[in-house]
Amino acid sequence: MKTAFERTNGLKDVDTHYCPGCTHGIIHRLVGETLAEMGALERTVGVASVGCSVLSYDYFNCDMTQAAHGRAPAVATGVKRVLPDDRLVFTYQGDGDLASIGMGEIVHSAARSENITVIFVNNAIYGMTGGQMAPTTLMGQKTATSPLGRSSAAQGLPIRVSEMLATLDGTTYIERVSTHDVAHVMKAKKAIRKAFDTQEKNKGFSMVEILSTCPTNWGLTPEESLQWVKDEMIPYYPLGIYKDLREER
Amino acid sequence: MGKVLMKGNEVIGEAAIHAGCYYFFGYPITPQSELVAYMAKRLPEVGGLFLQSESEVSAINMVYGAASAGKRVMTSSSSPGFSLKQEGISYLAGAELPAVIVNVARGGPGLGNIQPSQSDYFQVTKGGGHGDYHTPVLAPANLQEIIELTSDAFRIADQYRTPVILLGDGMLGQMMEPVEFNEKTETGDNFMKDWATTGTEGDGLPKVITSLDLNDVKLEQRNHRLQAKYRKIENNETKVEVKNVEEADYVIVAYGTVARIAHSAIEKARQDGIKVGLIRPISLWPFPKKIISDTSKNVKAILTVEMSAGQMVEDVRLAVEGKSPVSFYGRTGGIIPTVDEIYREILKLGKGVTS
Amino acid sequence: MKQELIIAGFGGQGVMSMGQLLAYAGMKEGKHVSWLPSYGPEQRGGTANVSVVISDKEVGSPVIDKPTSVIALNNPSFEKFEPMLIEGGDLFTNSNLVDISSKREDIYFLPVPATEIAKNLKMERVAGMVLLGAFITKTKVLSKDSLLEALINVLGEKKKHLIGVNEEAILAGENLIEKKLFLTK
Repeated sequence: MKTAFERTNGLKDVDTHYCPGCTHGIIHRLVGETLAEMGALERTVGVASVGCSVLSYDYFNCDMTQAAHGRAPAVATGVKRVLPDDRLVFTYQGDGDLASIGMGEIVHSAARSENITVIFVNNAIYGMTGGQMAPTTLMGQKTATSPLGRSSAAQGLPIRVSEMLATLDGTTYIERVSTHDVAHVMKAKKAIRKAFDTQEKNKGFSMVEILSTCPTNWGLTPEESLQWVKDEMIPYYPLGIYKDLREER
Repeated sequence: MGKVLMKGNEVIGEAAIHAGCYYFFGYPITPQSELVAYMAKRLPEVGGLFLQSESEVSAINMVYGAASAGKRVMTSSSSPGFSLKQEGISYLAGAELPAVIVNVARGGPGLGNIQPSQSDYFQVTKGGGHGDYHTPVLAPANLQEIIELTSDAFRIADQYRTPVILLGDGMLGQMMEPVEFNEKTETGDNFMKDWATTGTEGDGLPKVITSLDLNDVKLEQRNHRLQAKYRKIENNETKVEVKNVEEADYVIVAYGTVARIAHSAIEKARQDGIKVGLIRPISLWPFPKKIISDTSKNVKAILTVEMSAGQMVEDVRLAVEGKSPVSFYGRTGGIIPTVDEIYREILKLGKGVTS
Repeated sequence: MKQELIIAGFGGQGVMSMGQLLAYAGMKEGKHVSWLPSYGPEQRGGTANVSVVISDKEVGSPVIDKPTSVIALNNPSFEKFEPMLIEGGDLFTNSNLVDISSKREDIYFLPVPATEIAKNLKMERVAGMVLLGAFITKTKVLSKDSLLEALINVLGEKKKHLIGVNEEAILAGENLIEKKLFLTK
């Protein structure tokens, strides 16, 4: 009998704590698979951040270190800079971690063109703490801390991180992808591979922003959540490649 | 190698390199900026890495990363910047990562000023960040001692897997004195770092470095392990200089640069026939409680002198436990106590005046 | 023997390097030395001073409350440090820049026309060396050879050609003291 699908060696054989319908699990698998396919698991160090993905160090089947809230790019800088060049270093960060408290760290590691790969999971909300507003929360979106819906007057406007970081000369590869259907999941995996390849070839800073779901805090079913990504998030956060200097560098 | 005339801040840098530290992440702040500049120049010369971070917060987290990867690593700052590093130091303590953090302290609170101060005693010796932890703190009084204590700091960090703080002040950082370095440099390679996250290649299962334990029982176990380690450090790493205490009627407790000024005042008093001794804590944590406790049984009074409004004096009083009167003299705001001022405080002891 | 010297003036007058030369020379003679600058914004154009201790014994406090000598390069420095001098101490001024005289009867007041002498040597920048020449001759804290050695070390290969004029400046300072070309109290 031919095996059609099996666990990836890129993830440990454990259950995750993620909610039903949350796409963190898919994204974990994409990253794990990519590292496994590259034969890079043994020479990879991942940096977990604070948020729902704080326990990702228990899931990725490679060396992992866990950073303070928002500081993963700085920690990754420290790891990458002192290890031999063949080591791959990635951060796995949510939107609260990366785009709010960690905005300084992500901008400056990008500006320095740190040769790291950032997996940025954007679900437009704080999941771990119970559904508070994130910098990426959409206009009108109701959260625990924007109960009347986000308004520009009260809470300001959402940040498009990929577009912003693409303006920095230090960035080499930046793409925004989504996980709301199979075709997009496959595209997301390609983007992740390109990002790690960028690092493997010592070409500098790479980031993949992945639109993700939070059925629990959005108050939607898993199916509705996928639809919400498509109907609400993608129009504000258009998918595509925002920076690709892999050939030039 | 012979003697060289160097600035304190630069001595710290060279001492770190001699101790086998080839990685430095830092951010400029007066009065420690010469250390950052020294590392920027020297580390590439010896094949190391210097990186100027975008903030103190980033610097300490870069240190966390480099320490995770098993390297001897240092960062430095001065009081306001050091406060910013406290979050990271708590994480280093929790994740049990070795690193050396320098604080060339200045006047506070807030932005304060850039003059020397010892008003960071509480924040360096009492944990400083969140959670139950301590960091060993070493406080050199002269530039030659910086070399010795920097080497000690890295050794303690690696041996116990803990962040260690080297505490000076603006005066120590800015002054020049002749110093002599050992011909031999250290590598730190004698410490097995099989816990380091460097990639699993050749060493089995994936390793995890974290300070998180969502399970309360496990987190308590982690705390017990940390506390056991701290008791071991207290037993093994307490360091103190004691001068003329045996037959003294009075004893001054002072550390760092202030101990030097106190020593000059003591010499003056002894010329006048007043028997004064000096206890100089070199490790501020662990604090040399025993010698202070023992001494307090045999003296008429103890005077603590600090460039603060009275911080270390609390530890002195805890050690003395009422066995002798403890008075305090301090200057704040970056003002350095003079020999005469301390001398006058010694005279007050004789008159039984305690403040 | 213990000399506690404060050199003070405007930023940019070479106060710090004068102190450093003395500290270096002291170290080369096997003495205990310390060099402590006033630091910070005041370095940039305001008043600057440096405390240098040269001693046969270990240096206790590097902070000087009661200098045994003061070299003042401007009026504010004179006004600040003259009262602090110990009884019997030496007060050197660059008399081309300091137009006040000391009224203290218990110190040696040594106004040195350092800028004028330096100008005669066609290099105004060596005024500090004239004062250092006077200082070491009066106090006998260091030998002229040690000071020269320190100078050679500081100047390095690139500025080796400047050694001659600096040496002349030191000699001029020495000369002033030996010939007692000014009033002392």
